[in-house]
Amino acid sequence: MTTATETRSLKFWQGINQALTEEMERDERVVLVGEDVARPGGPYGVTRGLLDKFGDVRVRDTPISEAVLVGLGVGGGAVGLRPIVEIMFFDFAMIAMDQIVNQAAKYRYFSGASLPLVIRTMAGAGGPNGAQHSQNFEAWYSAVPGLKVVMPSNSADAKGLLKAAIRDDDPVLFIETLGLLPVRCDVPVGEDYVEPIGVAKVRRSGDDVTVVAIGRQVDRSLEAAERLAEEGVSVEVLDPRTLSPLDTDAIVESVRRTGRLVVAQEATSPYSFAAEVCAVAAESCLSELRSPPVRVTSPFINVPTPVPLAEARAPGVEDVIEGVRRAMGA
Amino acid sequence: MPDGASTAEVDGRGSAGTQRAAHERYRMMRLSRRFEETMHDQFGDGQVPGPLHLSIGQEAVAVGACSVLRKTDAVLSTHRGHHHCLAKGASPDRMMAELLGRADGYSRGRGGSMHVAIPEIGLLGTNGIVGAGIPIAAGAAYGMQAQGRDDVTVCFFGEGATGTGVFGEALNIAALWSLPLIFICENNQYVELTPQHLHIAGEIWTRGDSYGIPGQRVDGNDVDAVADAVGSAVARARAGGGPTLIEAVTYRWFGHYAGDRAAYRVEEEVREWRERDPLIRARAALGDDADAIDAEVEQQIEAALAFAQQSPLTGPDALAIDHYAQS
Repeated sequence: MTTATETRSLKFWQGINQALTEEMERDERVVLVGEDVARPGGPYGVTRGLLDKFGDVRVRDTPISEAVLVGLGVGGGAVGLRPIVEIMFFDFAMIAMDQIVNQAAKYRYFSGASLPLVIRTMAGAGGPNGAQHSQNFEAWYSAVPGLKVVMPSNSADAKGLLKAAIRDDDPVLFIETLGLLPVRCDVPVGEDYVEPIGVAKVRRSGDDVTVVAIGRQVDRSLEAAERLAEEGVSVEVLDPRTLSPLDTDAIVESVRRTGRLVVAQEATSPYSFAAEVCAVAAESCLSELRSPPVRVTSPFINVPTPVPLAEARAPGVEDVIEGVRRAMGA
Repeated sequence: MPDGASTAEVDGRGSAGTQRAAHERYRMMRLSRRFEETMHDQFGDGQVPGPLHLSIGQEAVAVGACSVLRKTDAVLSTHRGHHHCLAKGASPDRMMAELLGRADGYSRGRGGSMHVAIPEIGLLGTNGIVGAGIPIAAGAAYGMQAQGRDDVTVCFFGEGATGTGVFGEALNIAALWSLPLIFICENNQYVELTPQHLHIAGEIWTRGDSYGIPGQRVDGNDVDAVADAVGSAVARARAGGGPTLIEAVTYRWFGHYAGDRAAYRVEEEVREWRERDPLIRARAALGDDADAIDAEVEQQIEAALAFAQQSPLTGPDALAIDHYAQS
């Protein structure tokens, strides 16, 4: 086992790349298929170098056929591969919705057999990509029995959770956040480093309010917590990391302790992850809430293309601070 | 003999082998026919807690095709898939149990005939979504190719599925990658409740031409013709020669689903097609042996029905099973 002290600073995309490399070295059944994943190494370079290491049978560029692309994973997984399918942008997963929701997620229910399959995709604003390349649909898929949904917020979790997803015997939708790709953090070295699916992580401990955040909103919440600390407000930042199955115990434990809840996400608010977390808190510990839960989300509008406008739409540090103040009754 | 190879595959060309294969194909068609007739009766008695899409009249397509397959080959089926399942080796006992909502069914009686997958015999799924097996078939074929196996995947679909986008996508990728994939369009003349001339432009069997996929139209009511066509395609695919598209022309004797009176077609057409019954044609070659086979099948059907009826009705306590590896 690697000791916890052995780390290396990696960008988020490097964490993904390392996880893919290590798991493909470890298990020859692991294959990677997707649009532009092999020769170009991915539109943002996430999969660079894999074609040269593993060859074009295991790392393969596909036509622009998202439904068949996910079908490659379902059928491949059913006959003994452990496929990783890349859907370039989360928006494109809509084209493959039938294969993800009606096929992959139902396979074990119909057959009793495992379907090892990872569907990697990239979500969120962060580039000049506009309303059809920037959306956050994590809640849609988290509503489907038979799927697991994982959404890491830093390089270390990106690596550790992707490795767990590849080793998992159920279909996992693995959401990478575009705006995080160049962000660095220390990542444990070595192929034995794996993070568990379904386990939340406290990013910062606090006593006054729980901020449950996902994706880019984790770092923004940590920054908000730092600034609020200067005002004497103690913020706990909880990163669920897995959206389905959701670690409700960790959420409820934290909210019980702080008595206040803020949920921060980039997706719009109605029927969202934030709505679900608020519902969990209301059902499990309503009497212990000292103020109504607050959702810090994008407004219910589409994502604009110019980056400054897209960033104006997404919740930032100030929005989290404002949300915490509301929860504090300020 | 390769692991799981069928008798027909190994012996199919010798005269004794041909005779044995003819017996087995007729037996399987008879089993499928009697299975569905029995389930149709059970449906009429209110014993089938789900829809029933009968393939009666189309048995030669499934049986001819699957008679040249190995256990380790994969098959993707459709909403109308009892004949595919049985021909690929599904147990009639467990199939009946599934249709009757019993605990011993392949999906514990929770799925019914459209929601069964039996990976241990290579049946990767019937399907409630028209055309949805096609992408999965491409995946299974890619998986076999990537593992260096000489197994093949057969994808059954109806002519209605040729209207889906994934059909075109899969033809392209199968040709591009030379996948060991045999597309079999089971053309039964009706797309759900409407005749196919309202759905389909041009010819189906030539749909692969521009991709370089060889196409062939066969009499889907001639089990030997189907077996020959699929056998050639399978041999080519095993040798790395890539995909084939076969259109097997047949006819759906009954409505889209049990209870559909099919008032949208004329009786004379149905009568003409019933005269081309694939079972009668196959039976003619067997002489006196046919009666013995019929009697054996009848025993098998009776035993299957008894098995299914004795299996406990699936209750709510089974509903949460098999959603995740740890559930």
